[in-house]
This record gives sequence, structure tokens and C-alpha cells, in this order.
Amino acid sequence: MISFIVKRLLQSVLVMLTVAFVAFALFNYVGDPISNMVGQDTTFAEREQLREQLGLNDPFIVQFGRFVGKAVQGDFGLSYHHKQPVSDLIAERMPATLELSFISALMSLLLGIPLGVYTALHRDSIISKLIMTGSLIGVSLPTFLIGILMILLFGVVWRVLPTFGRGDVVHLGWWSTGLLTESGLKSIIMPAFTLALFQMTLIMRLVRAEMLEILRTDFIKFARARGLPKRSVNYRHALKNTLVPVITITGLQIGSIIAFAIITESVFQWPGMGLLFIQAISDVDIPIMAAYLVMIALFFVVINLIVDVLYFLVDPRLRVDRVSSGR
Amino acid sequence: MKQALKRFFDGDLWYSFSHSPIVILSAVVTLLIILAAIFAPWIAPHNPFDLAAIDIMDSNLPPAWNEFDGDIRFLLGTDDQGRDILSTILYGARISLLVGFASVAFSVVLGVGLGLVSGYVGGRTDTFIMRIADVQLSFPAILIALLIDGVARGIFPRELHDELAVYVLIFAIGISGWVQYARTVRGATMVEKGKEYVQAARVIGIRPGTILFRHILPNVTGPVLVIGTIHLALAIITEATLSFLGVGVPPTTPSLGTLIRIGNDYLFSGEWWITIFPGVALILLVLAVNLLGDWLRDALNPKLR
Repeated sequence: MISFIVKRLLQSVLVMLTVAFVAFALFNYVGDPISNMVGQDTTFAEREQLREQLGLNDPFIVQFGRFVGKAVQGDFGLSYHHKQPVSDLIAERMPATLELSFISALMSLLLGIPLGVYTALHRDSIISKLIMTGSLIGVSLPTFLIGILMILLFGVVWRVLPTFGRGDVVHLGWWSTGLLTESGLKSIIMPAFTLALFQMTLIMRLVRAEMLEILRTDFIKFARARGLPKRSVNYRHALKNTLVPVITITGLQIGSIIAFAIITESVFQWPGMGLLFIQAISDVDIPIMAAYLVMIALFFVVINLIVDVLYFLVDPRLRVDRVSSGR
Repeated sequence: MKQALKRFFDGDLWYSFSHSPIVILSAVVTLLIILAAIFAPWIAPHNPFDLAAIDIMDSNLPPAWNEFDGDIRFLLGTDDQGRDILSTILYGARISLLVGFASVAFSVVLGVGLGLVSGYVGGRTDTFIMRIADVQLSFPAILIALLIDGVARGIFPRELHDELAVYVLIFAIGISGWVQYARTVRGATMVEKGKEYVQAARVIGIRPGTILFRHILPNVTGPVLVIGTIHLALAIITEATLSFLGVGVPPTTPSLGTLIRIGNDYLFSGEWWITIFPGVALILLVLAVNLLGDWLRDALNPKLR
């Protein structure tokens, strides 16, 4: 157990170092950092002085070490475009993205699990077939088109929901939330649903497949034979056992929800990190790009790690599998 | 040749194809869109890139069936610059398909190549390649494509970048998709490597490169076709998404995604057709290719037979 966690930790550190290296290479070799920072009328001598001051003449490995050291403390330098510390910009935008991701993860669970259970229990009903076909179309549609269609329907034709921004926000210390005001709540419906749709279909299909699998097992047959009420068999016995993979998959999907939020935020002009990142790409604002990359990687690595450890704790069957497959 | 055709039409693949109306419909739709895209310069009613032919006075006209401003010359209406929507869709589908096919081809070459080497050579090379694959797989493809595009913007000056945008996109989407091919081919190669015909080839002294590409490659390409078809739909979506986000194909030679982006600005003033028609074209294309891919996967999967 301990050796497994240590091995996983080492792997995670390696992944983070690789990502940090890519981010550092971006930072140093894409364009000239000096000419990105100073004005046109800076003399050559001043530029050289700044270069020396920033340590850009140091050996590669020293610079990389310094970059990692600063990154660990959350310091990614100044944004070329906004002329503010990148960490401040990201801290300011993070609540919006996390709120959106959280609400849509919640939505996809609250809609996906019941739909999956329903389609598994009533496999041959017309409604189930409609839901399954609908989910295939849902997977094929690009996220941004779903967003645009929703804006057209709810924002332009029926005018019931706001089409951009977060609405009014309330500041709680350093965290700003839109979940406490009416306009904020209204604003989050469409972006969260757009973002949730893909994960929802994923969870639904997963729950359905797992349910069908478990309904065939002996212990369910035995429960039925014992004459337990249908509801108890379906929900207390079957559903409970489907939830382990569902929880782990949802955990793994949180990372990609945050990444896919880039698209949703862009469609709905949601002032989160994704929008910041897209603007940074258009402006070639390398420090923001590098910081975003490292942060997303950190999210992914941490979530992966937690999920892996949870696997071990929750499901003893996997322990045997994993050890025997030598991972 | 005649024999081969006969075998094909008697085979399982053709049987399952000809007995599923949805699959036939998807194939027809895909083929029609591809043909329309290839022959766009001949069948499009207007040339949207001929600056002399477009008139700003024709801008933002609704579709032809609109009783107030509809113009019979512009079947699906015009955009903000007076370009015919139908023509821009035909030309746009051309770029979307070009980027889609080219980036899938790039992914296939890279992924299959690395997968073959990884599976055949094994050892440290294998570990190294598969570690990179693991790291890359933990990020969504779109994020990697975005990043590569961002880097390209930093390296090339602005004017040059617009010219190179299509190639940058092909490279970015291609790089973001190689892992699946590499993993599949690696697995298959490791199985094939142990078989007698490979040992025989090795014993009679054929060079490793020749063994890899002439002997093993033909035997591991089966699943590549299936992944490729599904990947094509994904690549088209990725291209459209990047162009929609404004980091893909520039508006001067728009793809479907760029057209949707342009139209998005006019959604609120009621000019829905500028966005919706390219959107519908994109949905049709992606849905048809996806359904074909699903069918191919089931038809070629021996487990489901």
C-alpha cells in the first residue's frame, strides 16, 4: 500500500516536472522575454542590464531550477499584456471557473445517474431508446454549438436567461460567488448545462452499462429469490454497487471539465480562467499560458492521485487486480 | 479484381452495411459533403473570396424564403460582408475536411510509427515512448492543440501566422491525437512479434525496418481504420472549436468553425442564419462520420458477431 502510494507520488512529481519544463521552455524560447517586457525606446545597454538582473544569462539548469522554485510558491511573473502578477490574475478568475465546474459536475451526476438507472431498468421501453439516441447526438455535437443554440433559444428568442457574464457576485473574502444572487444563479444555468451535457451522457452510459452488468450477477438473483421488494433490490443492492466506478470516473472527469470550461467560458463570456487563457493565446501572453498549463497539470495529477488511492481503499477487488498486473 | 469485388459484396461488411438504413444514409451524407467540398469552386453560386464580386450592400440578407428581404440570388442569406452563406459553407467545408483528413493522417503516421517501434524494440525505448503517451493522455486533446497553436503564434510573426494557420492546425490536432494509435499498434505489434512468420523473417536475415513495415505493419492496421474514422469526426470538431475560439483558421479563408464564430456576433441582432447554417452543416458532417465510425467498429469487431 505505502509503496504503491510512494510510486504514484514519484510518478506525479515526474509528470509535474515535465510539464514545468515545457512551460519553462515556452517562457524562455518563444519570443524574447525582454522585448516582451520593455518598450521600444529602451536602449541596448538597459536591455542587457535587465537580462542580467532577471538572470536570463545564467546556465539553463539554474534558470530552470529558479523557475520551478518560484512556481512552487505560485509566482509566475508578470503578464505581458495585463502588466500584473499572473498569480493575482488567476486567483481573481479561479472562483468563477471552479464554481462553474462544480455546478456542472453536480448537474451531470444528478441528471446522469437517474437517467442511467432508468434506461438500465427499462431497457426496451421507447423512452429509453429515445434517451440513448439523444445521448449519441449529444456526444456528436460540439460543445460550442450547444451553447450557441441555447443562447439563441433562451437568450434571443424567449429572453428568459442572461446570455453572458456571471451576473452579480458577492465577495466573501478572496472568494467571489455568483451563487448567492438571483442574477448570478440565472447566469450559471446555461453555461453549466452546456458544460455538463457531455459528462452527463458519459455518466449515464456508464451507469447503464454497470447496472446491466450487476443485475445479471448471482447476488441480485439471490436477493430476488429471497423475495426482497423490487425497489430494495434495484436501489439498495444494484445501484450501490454501480457507484464505485461512477465516482472514480466523475473524479477523473473533473479535470477535463475544468479544461473544457475554456470553450464554455468563451461562448458565454464567463470571466474565468479559461477565458483568460484564450485571451492569453491570442495575445501571446506566455506567462499566463505557462501558469495555466502548470495549474491544470496540478489539478489533473492531484485528482488522479486521489482517485487512485480511493480505488485502493474502497474496492478490495482492485487491489488484487492491480498487484497481479504489476502496476 | 472482379473476384475481389465479388468477395467484398458477399462479405459480412457489405451485408451489415446494406442492411442498415441509418448507416447508408450517413455514408451518403458524408460522401455528398465531401464531393460538395471538393467541387466547391464549380458548384458554389458565388465566389466568396473574389472581392470584386461581393457587394457590401448585400450584407446581412436573410435566407431567400424570407418574404421581406430575401434575395433569390442568396439561397441561405449573406453574412456581414455580403458573402453568400451557401458558398461560404461549401468553401468552409473544404477547409474543415482538409484539416480533418490531414491531421488524422498525421496522427496515424506518427502514432503507427511510434507504436511499431515501441512494440518491436521494447525496453527503454518502449518505456520512454509510453511514458510520454501517458503524460499526454492525462490532458484533453483540445488543450494540447490550443497550446501548440499558442506557441506557434509566439514563434511566427502575425502575417506569416495567418498564412500558416492551416498547417499549424493540422500539426496541433495531429500531435494531440497520436497516442491512441500508438497504444493500439504497440499492443498488436507485441503480439505479432512473437509469431513464427516474424521469427522466420528474422532468421533469414531481413533488416528490422523491412520486417516492421513490410511484414508486421499490414497485420496491425485493422483497428487503425476504426480509430481513424472516429478520430476524423473528433478532428473536425476540434478544428471547428479552435476556429470558433479565434485561434484557428483566420476569417480570410474561413472554415465552418470560423463562419460560426463570425455569425455568433450577429446572433443577438436577429441574424441567426449566419451562425445556424454553418452549424447545421457541421453537425450533419460530424454526426454522419460518427455513425459510420460506430458502425465500422461494430462490424469489424469479431466479439460482437
